[in-house]
Amino acid sequence: MFRDAVLMAGKDLRIEWRSRVTTQQIAPFALLVILLFGMALDPDRGILARASSGLFWVAVLFCSLLAIQRAFTIEAADGGRDALRLSGLDPAGVFLGKAAAIAVQLVALEVVLAIGVVIIYGAEVTGFPLLIATCLAATAGLAASGTLYGVLAAGLRVRETLLPILLLPVLAPVLISATRVFGDAFDRVDVDGWAWLAMLTAFAAIQTAFGLIAYGVLMEES
Amino acid sequence: MTVLGRFPALAGIDLEVAAGEIVLLRGPNGAGKTTLLRLCAGLLPITRGEATVLGHDLTDRRQWRALRRRVGLLGHATGLYDELTVADNVRFWGQAAGAPEADIDAALVACGLHERLAGLLVARLSAGQRRRTSLACLLSRRPELWLLDEPHAGLDQDGRDVLDDLVRRAVASGATVLLSSHELERAEALADRVVTIVAGTTDPAVSVVPAPAEEPLLVP
Repeated sequence: MFRDAVLMAGKDLRIEWRSRVTTQQIAPFALLVILLFGMALDPDRGILARASSGLFWVAVLFCSLLAIQRAFTIEAADGGRDALRLSGLDPAGVFLGKAAAIAVQLVALEVVLAIGVVIIYGAEVTGFPLLIATCLAATAGLAASGTLYGVLAAGLRVRETLLPILLLPVLAPVLISATRVFGDAFDRVDVDGWAWLAMLTAFAAIQTAFGLIAYGVLMEES
Repeated sequence: MTVLGRFPALAGIDLEVAAGEIVLLRGPNGAGKTTLLRLCAGLLPITRGEATVLGHDLTDRRQWRALRRRVGLLGHATGLYDELTVADNVRFWGQAAGAPEADIDAALVACGLHERLAGLLVARLSAGQRRRTSLACLLSRRPELWLLDEPHAGLDQDGRDVLDDLVRRAVASGATVLLSSHELERAEALADRVVTIVAGTTDPAVSVVPAPAEEPLLVP
């Protein structure tokens, strides 16, 4: 399974490296979202600073939708799904590999967005261990659930519009938990960030476990 | 019987293919040739009847995965990634099937893709070059059963000769081939037996030259 996951992730990242969709399209989109939020709330910079955690994770959510769509568009072209079914690859390995490739792209986007939030919103970043752990757990959850729902919608003609409708409600716990943890790390809200981080980690673990079990069936039916 | 949508795509297929045989499926468009090849690859379910391919019962979905590792399908779609090079594509699909590097390199050479073409992005290839790349992917897997759907389509004269040569060599090394083609003259010269499919049914009146069946591969 891990050999297949490495093969799959390597292939997806190589495609991304060559096509540069993340760097030339999704990253600029992410910065635009941050910038537009900034323009909309500019009259009161205090609101921007207070809302920066939530705005950051909303932007990450939008970017993850694009990254997930992209990950499954490359498989939809020219009989890719049939070829994958015939390849002999372990479906669990395919799931892990695709999720890992999406996660790598999301981490890169989160770095870009974090820099954007600091510069545009004037956010002060503190509590690095908690922030980094949150980013990792939330990214794992986003990538795992995105891969799961991505393959579910992959075979449908309306996948571009259906995926956000299916996925955004599922990702609501990630948005809420990650925003709370960031709020705690920035000393803006009085919550136990580590408890919310535990919830994020549990979400990621459940989605990953479910993906490992169900991906084969979903791949067959997509 | 296999049903696609509301209509039976195959009904009344009676076909037995011996190991090492090359069988040509011929018939008009929509007769069910592609459906039969996809069914043999373990990509479509059988709704009624029986079929065994390489000893795997196709009515049992749990056996599909094991079967798929042993077959190679060259279909209308190539399954190639446009953003990867020819060599990257062949390497990925070969490694996915557990092929050693030597087999992957040999497949590139055998399909005439080893020099300048190996480093080209698939998006820049012609239809014939894509077909060759797809063939190299199949070859690197060394399948026991080759399922070729219109394999000559899009290939130039040299490509067709390469394909026919590879098919003959694969059979000489123990593989079995089931192919469909509208290029009957060339395909019939390649095949040991021709089976006609009309409206999802094998037509015994025009299915010819039965081969000795030492090891039945397909018994629907």
